[in-house]
Amino acid sequence: MGALMVIFSLQPKQRRKPTDSVEDELELSAVRHRPEGLGQLEAQTRFSRKELQILYRGFKNECPSGIVNEETFKDIYAQFFPQGDASTYAHFLFNAFDTDHNGSVSFEDFVMGLSILLRGTIQEKLKWAFNLYDINKDGYITKEEMLDIMKAIYDMMGKCTYPVLKEETPRQHVEVFFQKMDKNKDGVVTIDEFIDCCQNDENIMRSMHLFENVL
Amino acid sequence: MATGVAAWLPFARAAAIGWMPVASCPMPVAPRDHRRRQDELIILNVSGRRFQTWRTTLDRYPDTLLGSSEKDFFYNEETKEYFFDRDPDAFRSILNFYRTGKLHFPRHECISAYDEELTFFGIIPEIIGDCCYEEYKDRKRENLERLQDDQEENKDVKLPHMNFRQTMWRAFENPHTSTMALVFYYVTGFFIAISVITNVVETVPCGSTPTQKDMPCGERYTVAFFCMDTACVMIFTVEYLLRLFAAPSRYRFMRSVMSIIDVVAILPYYIGLVMTDNEDVSGAFVTLRVFRVFRIFKFSRHSQGLRILGYTLKSCASELGFLLFSLTMAIIIFATVMFYAEKGSSSSKFTSIPASFWYTIVTMTTLGYGDMVPKTIAGKIFGSICSLSGVLVIALPVPVIVSNFSRIYHQNQRADKRRAQKGTNTGEQKLPKSACLLESQHHHLLHCLEKTTAHEFVDEQLYEQNYVEAVMQSFPAARRESVSSRDTATPTCCGRRSKRNTTLPIAALQPGVNQQGPLQELSAIHIQCADRPSRSTSRSKLNLKADDVGRLNCKGGRITTAIVSLPSPPALTTPDSDNLRGPPTRRPPLPSPGPSIQTTTSSANVVKVSAL
Repeated sequence: MGALMVIFSLQPKQRRKPTDSVEDELELSAVRHRPEGLGQLEAQTRFSRKELQILYRGFKNECPSGIVNEETFKDIYAQFFPQGDASTYAHFLFNAFDTDHNGSVSFEDFVMGLSILLRGTIQEKLKWAFNLYDINKDGYITKEEMLDIMKAIYDMMGKCTYPVLKEETPRQHVEVFFQKMDKNKDGVVTIDEFIDCCQNDENIMRSMHLFENVL
Repeated sequence: MATGVAAWLPFARAAAIGWMPVASCPMPVAPRDHRRRQDELIILNVSGRRFQTWRTTLDRYPDTLLGSSEKDFFYNEETKEYFFDRDPDAFRSILNFYRTGKLHFPRHECISAYDEELTFFGIIPEIIGDCCYEEYKDRKRENLERLQDDQEENKDVKLPHMNFRQTMWRAFENPHTSTMALVFYYVTGFFIAISVITNVVETVPCGSTPTQKDMPCGERYTVAFFCMDTACVMIFTVEYLLRLFAAPSRYRFMRSVMSIIDVVAILPYYIGLVMTDNEDVSGAFVTLRVFRVFRIFKFSRHSQGLRILGYTLKSCASELGFLLFSLTMAIIIFATVMFYAEKGSSSSKFTSIPASFWYTIVTMTTLGYGDMVPKTIAGKIFGSICSLSGVLVIALPVPVIVSNFSRIYHQNQRADKRRAQKGTNTGEQKLPKSACLLESQHHHLLHCLEKTTAHEFVDEQLYEQNYVEAVMQSFPAARRESVSSRDTATPTCCGRRSKRNTTLPIAALQPGVNQQGPLQELSAIHIQCADRPSRSTSRSKLNLKADDVGRLNCKGGRITTAIVSLPSPPALTTPDSDNLRGPPTRRPPLPSPGPSIQTTTSSANVVKVSAL
């Protein structure tokens, strides 16, 4: 009798629900992307075949599915800045690279962006930087947009800096920037003002050439 | 830096162009890439089996044989390949390490053969990935025990910069740290034993005196026992107060089981002191003395097995609960049945159902005292069914509890061994004379960010210092003074970057760099610099997880095989008391774009020496 009771009490076991994560995995892996042919990319960018091959190998190694979504992008970028929080800046960067705004960066986007940054003319580089700052892509950089960007950059520094980061530092920096860039003092910076001003600034010109030998 | 992340470094550096228009100061010069070789295929001939890979794949880990120039010794001019007379099967996992950044341990391999291969190719086994590390360590331990070659020494490295309170807490928790701790440990153990024995002996009849017949010893030698009790309670009180003082989190300590036991053990004495001559409550007071027996639980600090037992019982709470519940159900059922079965017979001991409980319990646990026995036939039948099922009900959950205990016990053993091995980390590899290119490029990137924002990365301690000073005083001069002669190392991503802030008046340039530190400091480092948990959506991992202390995981070949710098500020000229030294180099005062060193002067009139 006791045995019967025991058996009864064993009945209502907890059943484990089959997890749905397997389905999610399948879904993700179905989203694969194959880039355009090597010849086409060679024509569209300023990289040589070999360079494209090296780039793609690194890219594919890191993202086997062929595309980078924003989360992965943020993770990767954050690894270079361990002391601070690089997620906001990575978000802006992601939007700058994701030229067709489909929420993911494919190899083509990646390599086109790199082509401009590493092999482009000064004009193109400056235009790219302008595009980065112009968050809503309307052709004007407002103070709010610049403040967002500036805060994102300062966030990457993290907390432990010397001198101690104050609340108003990014704002002050934005003021300095606008004073320099905004020639007609209308509160926004257009692309021509931006390019003009940067071309007249020696420091900026020199630093634009800094990463030419990266690849 | 992990291999995967290294592939993205060019991208991160290119994206740094986005900061340029914002920056107001000139940027530092980028490190030059001397080796501008075109990527080529290398053929590795391992005992006839040819492996091919890119040169850059091997170059990811320059501290190993294949990544350095050491492989030139194996180069065969005629066949234009590198020939190694080693096991090709084991070589597969070694080559995969270069490709994926994770070292796996093939289960069919013999542990000592695999170890030899790793040593030959200059890879330290600590970077074996999580998936295979347990297996590897288990097999290694088995092997060692089999060969009876147990040479592990639990060397105790005194962690620098621990204040008195922390040392004391450490001494309490781990009695092997110092002789004082050991003495304290044994003394408390001794007094616990004395106290328990006293409690026991107190009640033993001591023989008759002329005044009364058989008195327990406690009443005969009241004074002696009282003194003994007082002494023990004093020791316990002092110990408790010391533990309370040393505890890192007093609230948590007070809530812990051991401290509750301590309190319960000493409270009856004090309560007894307070209410000595009150007749009414003395009865209750006597009952309180029962709690003195809890002192025996204090032994669990001295015995690990006891702790494991307690932990097992806690973890098997559900099984124990099930046992209790099913027993209760069975008892009630059988007691009811027996009562009604025996109701008919005269002079039956089964006066009520609760009275039958006793019979049921005694029968189900197969004790069978015999003070209550059924007399009717029905009673006897049900009685036998009761005893048969009793055996079943009790026998079922017991193996579960036993297996739990065994598992936890073995896990504990393994954890102990692992802890002991972490203390003796061998296999430090010499720093390469030239800092790796990726490191320098990464640091250049961080440097550019500093320039853009006109702020520098500093160590957490220095930051707190500055913050306090900034709050207290607003003069920059004061800040400079207290920063004087304080060299700090910034534990950064790669762990080798160290910065120094020294003031101009003290010394123009101070040499020496923290290029090394005891590996035990990894836990401290990574709590500081690993602000975010590393995610494994991509295969790159930069920082060590905090629980991987001492284990150099696949965080990237370059750092894991190199030595990690010390975050705490040691003295200027003595790098560290530990045995890992690198050559302290003097820094040139000019901003030269050497790949290993950069010296810059900032506008704050502070000379910084940043080593890469």
